[in-house]
Amino acid sequence: MQTAIEKTAIKEMNTDFEVRSLDTICINESTLQHPWWYNFKYMFAGIFFGILLVKAEVISWFRIQEMFRLQSFHMYGVIGSAVVVGAVSIFIIKRFNIKTMYGEVIDLSPKQFNKGQVYGGLLFGFGWALTGACPGPLYALIGSGATVVIVILLSAIAGTWVYGLLREKLPH
Amino acid sequence: MIFTMLFKKLETNSLFQQINNIKMNFLELLRQPWPWYISGPLIGLMVPALLLMGNKNFGISSSLRHICAACLPAKIPFFQYNWKREMWNLFFVAGVLMGGFIAATLLANPAAVQVNPKLAEELSRYGISDYHSLVPTEIFNWTNLFTLKGFIIMIGGGFLVGFGTRYAGGCTSGHSIMGLSNLQWSSLVATVCFMAGGFIMANFILPFILNL
Repeated sequence: MQTAIEKTAIKEMNTDFEVRSLDTICINESTLQHPWWYNFKYMFAGIFFGILLVKAEVISWFRIQEMFRLQSFHMYGVIGSAVVVGAVSIFIIKRFNIKTMYGEVIDLSPKQFNKGQVYGGLLFGFGWALTGACPGPLYALIGSGATVVIVILLSAIAGTWVYGLLREKLPH
Repeated sequence: MIFTMLFKKLETNSLFQQINNIKMNFLELLRQPWPWYISGPLIGLMVPALLLMGNKNFGISSSLRHICAACLPAKIPFFQYNWKREMWNLFFVAGVLMGGFIAATLLANPAAVQVNPKLAEELSRYGISDYHSLVPTEIFNWTNLFTLKGFIIMIGGGFLVGFGTRYAGGCTSGHSIMGLSNLQWSSLVATVCFMAGGFIMANFILPFILNL
């Protein structure tokens, strides 16, 4: 009985894994079971990130327009230095085999290339220049008091939903 | 050196006043826009922070998918997964929202956004002159939702953000920061396409939309 339950659990997990690996999100999943409130630490990380987004002005429509018109170095500096710090951090994590705070091995999954990165990338680029926001800034903008951005976020959720609906028919 | 200076100052000022001054100066500094060489590296630190907290890949656009899976899966295979396992991501974006609120209230910068004069000159031709918000309030307001211009920019733009990021398998955080940090070719392709799409829109299409 015990093994049967375990087997179905594994099977369920594997199909789940397959669906998610298709667009490479959250593949490395913890086998540890934590109570839900352990997730609050991610909320604090989010608060920190939200403050950064506002104070760096990267959520400003004006900054995005400057970036795409090559009128300011600011955005390139932010993204560029973030990538350098991120890359060095990942290098250190890999080199010294650093574990998570719960002692799990950190494994980074490769992102497979598909044509979606070109088509989807261009479409997102259009949306980015129009709204001046990518998904992260949408949340931060709503928090900062630009209430009409709620509509943009709902529209983005609708866009994701329509993508899910049309996924099989789109070239990948 | 600093200590002796501080000590000398302390002799003239009261301790309380001194601490208050330092606090005020620091808060004043935090209220200014943060330069890229401060904010960029701090954003980069989100990558190892999330990995160390629980092996999580930095990415925001996935939250839109989890919201679809939670609220309206509609038997679409793409939304058939246990979104509760990805709850961390929803906590993270809720935090981003709260962070936006904190930054806009406690750390608000009263001055207008400083933009390149060339951009200001261009935008003034479309009737955009209010720089006191992070978004131009002439476009991004509730009544404008019902005009063609506002509809294209807000509803159309939002739709493209949601559709495009999922089609590309990530957004600026997932591809451009997390993916590039992990030296992924596909993320470089995606980032180049984000930029190309943005260039085309901002320089060739948006001017027509703003003139509507």
